[in-house]
Amino acid sequence: MNDTAKTGSNGSLIGKRIPKKDAPEKASGKTRYIHDIDLPGQLHAKILRSSQVHAKIKSIDTSAAKALPGVHAVITAADLPWQRPIGVAKDHLPLKHDKVRSPRDEIAAVAADTEAIAEAALKLIKVDYEPLPAVVTAEEAMSPDAPRLHGDDLIAPGPDGKPHVVHQASHDNVAMVFQYGQGEVATGKAASDAIVEDVFKLHYVTHCCMGVSGVIAEFDASENLILYSNTQVPFLHKREFAELLGMDPGRIRIVQPPIGGGFGSKLDIYPFEPIAIYLAKITRRPVKLVFTREEEFIASPTRQPVLMKMRSGCTRDGVLTFREVETIHDNGAYTSWGATTPFVMMQTISSLYRVPHCDYRTRAIYSNNPYAGSFRGYGNLQATFAVEAHMDRLAEAIGMDPLEFRLKNAQDPGEVTPQGMHFKSCGFKDCLSVAAERSEYQEKRRANEARRNDGNPVKRGVGMASMLHVGGGAKIYPSDGCGTILKMDDFGRVTLLTGASEIGQGSETVLAQLVCEELGLPLTSVNVVNNDTDVTPWDVGVHASRTTFIAGNSAIGAARKAKDKILTAAAAKFDQPAEALDTRDQCIVEKSSGKKLVELAKFIRSLHFSDKAELVMTSYYYEPPSKHQDKQFRGDVSAAYAWATQVAEVEVDTRTGIVKLVKITGAHDVGRVLNRLGIEGQIEGGIVMGQGYALTEDLIVENGVIRNPNFRDYKLVTAPEIPEMDVVFVETMDGEGPQGAKGVGEAPAICVAAAVANAIYNATGVRITALPFTPENVYRALHSNSQPPTWVAAA
Amino acid sequence: MSANVSIAFTLNGVAVRATVPAHQSALEMLRDELHLTGTKYGCGEGECGACTINVDGSSANSCLLFAADCDGRDVVTIEGLADDKLTERLKQSFVTHGAVQCGFCTPGLVMQARHMLDKNPHPGHDEIKRGIEGNLCRCTGYKKVIEAIAEAGEASNLEDAR
Repeated sequence: MNDTAKTGSNGSLIGKRIPKKDAPEKASGKTRYIHDIDLPGQLHAKILRSSQVHAKIKSIDTSAAKALPGVHAVITAADLPWQRPIGVAKDHLPLKHDKVRSPRDEIAAVAADTEAIAEAALKLIKVDYEPLPAVVTAEEAMSPDAPRLHGDDLIAPGPDGKPHVVHQASHDNVAMVFQYGQGEVATGKAASDAIVEDVFKLHYVTHCCMGVSGVIAEFDASENLILYSNTQVPFLHKREFAELLGMDPGRIRIVQPPIGGGFGSKLDIYPFEPIAIYLAKITRRPVKLVFTREEEFIASPTRQPVLMKMRSGCTRDGVLTFREVETIHDNGAYTSWGATTPFVMMQTISSLYRVPHCDYRTRAIYSNNPYAGSFRGYGNLQATFAVEAHMDRLAEAIGMDPLEFRLKNAQDPGEVTPQGMHFKSCGFKDCLSVAAERSEYQEKRRANEARRNDGNPVKRGVGMASMLHVGGGAKIYPSDGCGTILKMDDFGRVTLLTGASEIGQGSETVLAQLVCEELGLPLTSVNVVNNDTDVTPWDVGVHASRTTFIAGNSAIGAARKAKDKILTAAAAKFDQPAEALDTRDQCIVEKSSGKKLVELAKFIRSLHFSDKAELVMTSYYYEPPSKHQDKQFRGDVSAAYAWATQVAEVEVDTRTGIVKLVKITGAHDVGRVLNRLGIEGQIEGGIVMGQGYALTEDLIVENGVIRNPNFRDYKLVTAPEIPEMDVVFVETMDGEGPQGAKGVGEAPAICVAAAVANAIYNATGVRITALPFTPENVYRALHSNSQPPTWVAAA
Repeated sequence: MSANVSIAFTLNGVAVRATVPAHQSALEMLRDELHLTGTKYGCGEGECGACTINVDGSSANSCLLFAADCDGRDVVTIEGLADDKLTERLKQSFVTHGAVQCGFCTPGLVMQARHMLDKNPHPGHDEIKRGIEGNLCRCTGYKKVIEAIAEAGEASNLEDAR
């Protein structure tokens, strides 16, 4: 492969188009994903799931399955009285012992010589159920006489081996509540000249990673656990698995093979992982468990569905006065990260625009539906959808141009919001102006509106939406840091051991680039190791758009220490002050003249093989200067914040309801572009993921059952449908960011649906407040054939 | 569990004999029996294109093809194209255009693009979009994939002219 990014005489790699380091392997089919790894002696595992939505398990008969030749183990909850719960609320046992609460529920598992034998064994397991009434809407779940999903305390052995209540019974099906307020909403209302109110309904979608979920568990001869896992949070999971299994965390090693897509789906432990571990422990063999695609749809998490009632106000001069929001999150049967998305939703609701008075309440309600996890954007797509609809609605109510209205209320650099977020760098107004100008938003909006009733059945529309998201990590754990170990060998090559995980987003390339920038090396001189908890230093995980920012700063810190070490030694040898020297083009040079003094590799060898033998090896731990939020959700939770505005242009065929996304113009405050190729890829991929959320993807859940667990009926966007994408970067050079950069991984997916909704309104004059904008839903809305979503009566 | 079938076919230029279960897919045979893991399982239903191979000069979803149906055919996987010039150009173009992120769909896309350029050496962007319609990618948003294939087509154009 051509090394298109060499350090030339003008040196810098920053902002260049740098190919991903692992791309040649991947394009050749040589990369070994978890599905491609087989260990000697390995068994294959399969899981029996519930045939019922809600039922008591009366009995399970595994005798026939156990008798099948080639079967090594069949397990149920009865075999594992020491099972401990997983998940955010610890309300979830991997194998269910008393009842099933959704069709994904795990009842038994088999380890066998082949997948085919394991599957055959599953069919021989007999389960006797006593069906219970299913609770499949939040409304039902909230009624006083609804069956209780978790009506009993969950008792499991604690660290002392004695039984403890690990999850308390919920007698009202409420799984989690959040409440945030700033100012006095009544004051805001009194000052309002215009108030709008809507109910928004955000649907189920799921990650659809191209590589299905999988795990390989193995115990070594000393009972240490080696887990080949696609987790996005290896160091957190090491600790969680230790608690789950009653093991010393020091005896757990997590190895991360390359991953076929993450997008937030792998932030929690799911039952299949402990189940594979149990089977490995029982059989004393490596156990591999890989999902089918249907299983991936049924048994991996979704994006959090939301029912949201929002009321917003402004003065006739276009100043926002208040926002009042209540949401109900269908929690599904168990609690994962989806229930905690209000953390992020409230940031958008309180702080995307300046809102003096704000009230936000939310409840997650247990049901027999699928449960939601974290998914790129983490609640922000849902919150932005509603907030940006109201920005357009209020602007119209007071007769103001929607761009001017947004500019008037947009955050400025230096702002500290009532929630405590400090926007040290903030390119929001530039994003608004640049996106509007490049897309000719104002002219097109007026022209489309004027053409609404011209008789042409195909209407054109343009709509705008913006977003705020953490861009400098998110301090939600005791540490939000990342460690780096950097070693230079005696040929001047760097091995960078980082805690940060690579999930396809390109972190390994950006980290290598940042190190090369510090040390004056070509990219081919850096090898990144990022996939083994026994080798790499701690990191909180790949989430919250944090890796470039946090791991980047950590890598820079280690590289600077290495450089100091080298230049201090060189200063002694060349009798010059260290400050007068630099490393450039793999040499030590005089900083002012650029004169080459010695090859870097040769000099490192001279250090290494001298009397005072010295290896160039450094470590650095970076902790961002962010703060934990207090119990009122106040605190500067990220070291930097990212901004973006996207303008969507659509064609709406009023005869069919088909909405075609023609173009997205995006202006993104990314701090600074580090790898132009990589960041474009993140933005384009995010836009198309947002397009899927808006227009095509719809995980249909009927009576607790997923009706379309396949790519034929769950429609991902394909190549012919992508919009034209015009992406501009607003570089605000964040003072804390690595070379000025901010995180960007989640940002591009966040505003698309909101912008498309506003564009459909511009085209048709019809405001649709429920997703997705499939032809059927749009047709019904345009032809008065559907009712807008309504708030839950029981609430 | 079911009847076995003896087959003989050409795999990546090498004659192969195999005995396969009658119900086994070509994908399972390639991955599990012959250990050619560059061909990926994405859905098993012909919807995602991650398992694309070439059979007698045509693209096929190996998950929808019975292993037994490989009998007498000329089967080529991504591994078999390691020395193929057009494939090399495609792979390099995928790399330099940033068309690879998680990479799970990439071998299938390269196989499909190779087939497309074989039939139509210089496709336009719309032809490329149609040509890869059956290949799902969740990371890239397809734009850079389309650009990569287009440039590989242009490069082959230059080579033809020489």
